[in-house]
Amino acid sequence: MVENRPLLTLFSHIMLILGVAVIALPIWIMFVAASHPDIRMTQVPLPILPGGYFFENLDIALNRGLSGQSGQGVAHMMVNSLIMAMMIAVGKIAISLLSAFAIVYFRFPFRMFFFWMIFVTLMLPVEVRILPTYEVVANLGMLDTYWGLSIPLIASATATFMFRQVFLTIPDEMLEAARIDGAGPMRFFWDILIPMSRTNIAALFVILFIYGWNQYLWPLLITSEPQMYTVVMGIKQMLEAAEQAPEWNVIMMTALLAMLPPICVVIFMQSLFVKGLTETEK
Amino acid sequence: MLKNVHFGPSVLPFLLVLPQIAVTLVFFIWPASQALYQSVLLEDAFGLKTEFVWFRNFEELFSDPHYWSSFEITVVFSFLVAFLAMSFALVLALLADRVIKGSGTYRTLLIWPYAVAPVTAGALWVFMFNPTLGIVAYALSALGYEWNHQLNGGEAMALVVMASAWKQVAYNFLFFLAGLQSIPKSLIEAAAIDGAGPGRRTIDIILPLLSPTTFFLLVINIVFAFFETFGVIHAVTAGGPAGATNILVYKVFNDGFVGLDLGGSAAQSVILMIIVIGLTVVQFKYIEKKVSY
Repeated sequence: MVENRPLLTLFSHIMLILGVAVIALPIWIMFVAASHPDIRMTQVPLPILPGGYFFENLDIALNRGLSGQSGQGVAHMMVNSLIMAMMIAVGKIAISLLSAFAIVYFRFPFRMFFFWMIFVTLMLPVEVRILPTYEVVANLGMLDTYWGLSIPLIASATATFMFRQVFLTIPDEMLEAARIDGAGPMRFFWDILIPMSRTNIAALFVILFIYGWNQYLWPLLITSEPQMYTVVMGIKQMLEAAEQAPEWNVIMMTALLAMLPPICVVIFMQSLFVKGLTETEK
Repeated sequence: MLKNVHFGPSVLPFLLVLPQIAVTLVFFIWPASQALYQSVLLEDAFGLKTEFVWFRNFEELFSDPHYWSSFEITVVFSFLVAFLAMSFALVLALLADRVIKGSGTYRTLLIWPYAVAPVTAGALWVFMFNPTLGIVAYALSALGYEWNHQLNGGEAMALVVMASAWKQVAYNFLFFLAGLQSIPKSLIEAAAIDGAGPGRRTIDIILPLLSPTTFFLLVINIVFAFFETFGVIHAVTAGGPAGATNILVYKVFNDGFVGLDLGGSAAQSVILMIIVIGLTVVQFKYIEKKVSY
């Protein structure tokens, strides 16, 4: 702040509060809808203040699901989403750490070839190669499995790049010292590299967890058994059912449940989240 | 690239890159080459006969008015999403950068939509604008405007643009705020001493210095609108009404998995890949040079 202009500051605060209100409006409406009984949700105009039916709806959404459907609650979908998100995040971090370590710390034949091969995967999101990737997964018999849900999404280069950058900033003296003390490559990796990139790993984990949890197109394609559905998919199916029998209270409760874990991650691990975002993109 | 001090050749580095290379080969290189291969084949609906047709799939695609209209829709959609999400985020970031007290709180309150899945965002907006029940549609009809995105293509487009931009504002805000906070205070102070007010300083100093961030975000937003909005489209309009929101990514999915036109879908995938590669190259070129003044 260069000069003191109280009116301009006041104006800024007012505009910011308005901005926050616009951004928060959909969430507020969702929360209100999730706290009213289904009968109230069919009467126009819909309420704009929360009702007292929140925990009943929570129970319905988790354990029973929409009344028109086969009584599928979303509890197991939440578990599936969690497993998928964890597998994607941990898998990506693990294979990227290893390959970045190899590319930065070893001189070996085809090193640049491997580097470029990983590099091309940066370019193509899963959306543009869905059909052939689907065929591969089908041929490997991985439809309707956690492996099929997660492994194809592990193939991406962003994490490798980030770890490569991190390793390049670690001083050479670390390796020299480790060698003098008689440490082999894997010892060096475990006892020096991993501890030194701890915060980067955590930051990346936050980003990848959100990425994995929010996957939609891929789970939609490769799961056909309700047992394997993820919660983000569940919302879409409920929306389809809503065209006949709208139970918006349950749908909005499901939406709330689907966004709660990633939002908690963003809010409670904000500094790691910001670090992860800015470092993976550049 | 390589450390000055490094380990000598052995089997170990090959074992270390093996998992990543294996996953890349099986789930990336192979499917991508399959897409290339299928794009020059014509397969009948039962998958019994395939015929090598050179570029006929592409020719058909380019002579198909539906494809061009989908292309046009994608360009309009991406432009609107990028413009809306970036301008809204820029204004908020400029304001948040101004206020000393509470800019952290505003950041917390503004960044969390990043964590909402596109399809969930779509569900929220479709609920608000539901023609019979939705709270916003109700307010609009009280004002004398009958909203129905299930029939009106323009309204459907507006709805998917709003839902997508809403989700993307958080990301842009974060990067704009970081960009603003890295502008040296001395430049701003010098301008203030020369008599430039806040508006003048924003236009002549802050915005030009922010141009690298803006350009970077433009690419990211276009990529987002091109590819990651699939969930929004699928939840809100399913490409309708009458193809008014049928963006390219949605069309690949629809033609391939619903229409079972494998060759055509593969040809579309190839074109999308070319677009992504083009955007990535632009972005990398720029990152090396860094637009500056």
